[in-house]
Amino acid sequence: MEQLTTIGLNHYLTISAFLLGFGLFAVMTRKNAIVILMGVELILNAANINFLAFSKYNGGMEGVMFALFIIVIAAAEAAIALAIVINIFKIFKSVDVSTVDTMKE
Amino acid sequence: MSNPTYTVIFYLFAAITVCSAAFVVFTRNVIYSAFSLLFTFFGVAALYVFLSADFIAVTQVVVYVGGILVLLLFGVMFTNSIMNAKPKSDVLHVVPGTVLLIGIIGAMLYTFYTTHGWMPSETTLQGSIVERIGFETMSRYVLPFEMVSILLLAALIGAAFLARFDKPGK
Repeated sequence: MEQLTTIGLNHYLTISAFLLGFGLFAVMTRKNAIVILMGVELILNAANINFLAFSKYNGGMEGVMFALFIIVIAAAEAAIALAIVINIFKIFKSVDVSTVDTMKE
Repeated sequence: MSNPTYTVIFYLFAAITVCSAAFVVFTRNVIYSAFSLLFTFFGVAALYVFLSADFIAVTQVVVYVGGILVLLLFGVMFTNSIMNAKPKSDVLHVVPGTVLLIGIIGAMLYTFYTTHGWMPSETTLQGSIVERIGFETMSRYVLPFEMVSILLLAALIGAAFLARFDKPGK
């Protein structure tokens, strides 16, 4: 009971493990490229929760700064990936990644 | 930290985060996934507040909800015409994916709960950390900060270049 009512490091690590698992599941099983991107965002959020949890219980600022940089990198990644998805849609008329089987137009 | 209200609110936000993340993954409708991702991002931002990283929580709301989620919704709307009434996404490799899901979560939880060596420091982060983030950004992390700003500029220019409309004459 003490384990459940006192919020500690393990609670945050559990949430982030679930988010990582769901993100990997989305990346692995979905055919729609946009849902795969959503899975990648879930994985990045899981990493962020871990960084901030360890940073809080360690008392240092390294995890906080890394979380900030991860958010910036995630924004850049989403912009580039959406541009690529739109190009794929223009060429193949679909965002189904299992139909994308050539690198030439 | 064993204040009952605090604990109940933490579990509420944890449940919102995990359940909406599961809904993102297990629903077949892409629009539902995108809107469920909104709740996941808000739940994660609330958890950041619990981790006394208020500035990161605000950044999460501004960048993820205001930027990335709008981009994803734009992608959903652009790649599924409105007339097409079933924006479904097919699945493949469901059995290996489920095995991987259960395996990853089980292995990580087993590791976390059988490791008895988590020793929290005496100086955990308390209160607002905005001032400390400002000092760190301008002292130890000034080079990564500048590099990441240039990277973001280059990535956004590249994205605009990649997604441009072709000229009609070509």
